[in-house]
Amino acid sequence: MPSFITKLRWLDWLILVILTGIVGYVVIRVEGTLNYEWRWELIPDYILRYREDRGEWFANLLLQGLFATIRISIYAGILALIFGTVLGIARVSENLTIRLLARTYLELLRNIPPVVIIFIFFFFLSQQLIDALNLNSWSRSIARSDSAPVWEFFFGEMRRFPSLVSGVLVLAMFEAAFVGEIVRAGIQSVPKGQREAARAIGMSRYQEMRFIVMPIALRKVVPPMANQFISLIKDTSIISLISVQELTYKTVELVASTRLIFEAWITTAGFYFVLCFGLSMLFRRLEKSP
Amino acid sequence: MSKEPIIVAQGIGKSFGDFKALTDVSLTVHKGERVVVCGPSGSGKSTLIRCFNGLENHDTGHLTIDGAELYEDAPHIRQLRQDVGMVFQQFNLFPHLTVLENLIIGPMKVRKLSRAQAETTARKYLERVRIPEQAEKRPAQLSGGQQQRVAIARALCMEPRVMLFDEPTSSLDPEMIGEVLDVMVELAQTGMTMVVVTHEMGFARKVADKMVFMEVGRIVEISPPETFFTNPASARARMFLDQILEH
Repeated sequence: MPSFITKLRWLDWLILVILTGIVGYVVIRVEGTLNYEWRWELIPDYILRYREDRGEWFANLLLQGLFATIRISIYAGILALIFGTVLGIARVSENLTIRLLARTYLELLRNIPPVVIIFIFFFFLSQQLIDALNLNSWSRSIARSDSAPVWEFFFGEMRRFPSLVSGVLVLAMFEAAFVGEIVRAGIQSVPKGQREAARAIGMSRYQEMRFIVMPIALRKVVPPMANQFISLIKDTSIISLISVQELTYKTVELVASTRLIFEAWITTAGFYFVLCFGLSMLFRRLEKSP
Repeated sequence: MSKEPIIVAQGIGKSFGDFKALTDVSLTVHKGERVVVCGPSGSGKSTLIRCFNGLENHDTGHLTIDGAELYEDAPHIRQLRQDVGMVFQQFNLFPHLTVLENLIIGPMKVRKLSRAQAETTARKYLERVRIPEQAEKRPAQLSGGQQQRVAIARALCMEPRVMLFDEPTSSLDPEMIGEVLDVMVELAQTGMTMVVVTHEMGFARKVADKMVFMEVGRIVEISPPETFFTNPASARARMFLDQILEH
């Protein structure tokens, strides 16, 4: 018998029995009352599908969505790290105006719901930027060119490129606020003595920051930063609201056209979980072996 | 010994809020002189020597280092710090750099020396503080005594003209104090100008040219060590010596 079973006491058993009861009740409700017809056998096709006519496998809606989510997470993560580092440095700047601006940005983002922020960023900023850069016609011309497959590996369907750009920008600006707070905490955790030692050998404020404070701070913030990256992956689902074709958006599409409500959402939840939990286990392992 | 003054403090005062850390402190340190500053804790010793390289700004009075007046935000303050080495109570080595990198970062980034030049100097001083074999280690892998010796070498690598020591042995385990003091005695023998805040009276007796005794932010007594240890002028210094020499 596995050792954990012998460790269970009567209270644990009681909790387990109650939980099983609740789950059983929900299952009976779904089975009996909702009269839902499970069609799990259809799901694999929406992940990976074999095309008889061409004789090749291709990624269908759900897998396309997952790839898009991964791409967006990586790009937005890199951008958020850059914006956030600047923001974190600004938060501890000597200059009052810079400090206030950074503080204002942070407080705005902290006290407005993410969905509202994302709509505001989308309409007021990234849409304007995309128009200004004429990204729409540029990406359409790429989609028609010979080099399209290379571009598509990195950015997905090129016709959708402007929407990907706004999704990444919006998400990066949103996450940057939190990355900024992590960076600020890291900077402030550098002992005063080490900054004084830097100053005592004649370093300028910039050199002190560049060679001493930032390298120490950034090493310290790796674990919280890894957690923030996992939050970012989860937050990508919000940008489905501005029609970025990531996993959540594709699931909505799939459900709308097939009515596979439970199966599709459970599969998508599974994708997110495996991705985020896998990364968190990986980060934990990396942390232990420096 | 040449009698050229290098640090001249005239009536300097410093407050932290309502607390007066220094009141009307005047002290002259000449080139090649070894000055030991002692006194009970909270007497302003550390604040005084931290003023000498601008880590604290004095509020009143005048302070000149090598003829240049030191004041808050003085543009030459960085120039000046290159010539004034500082050793801290808590070592304050840079934890993300190896011992060697700790030593060469100042000469390379501040003095703009080449890596090769900086390394040659660094190895020379590591030799001098007797830990050449630790060059590639990180500070955290060293004992406290070794770390403090690296910190001394780091300050020396800038080829300073004055060395300030702020209680360099106070956070060391007793068995490591000796190795750090030995290095400091040797440094004194090379003719380096030193201002040392310490409770190590044995060291003071051995190297000091001048003893400074402070209490509640004022200098109570400045006298040569022979007089200071045998027949201090102030009753307060006598009491202090009795207390710390007892054990």
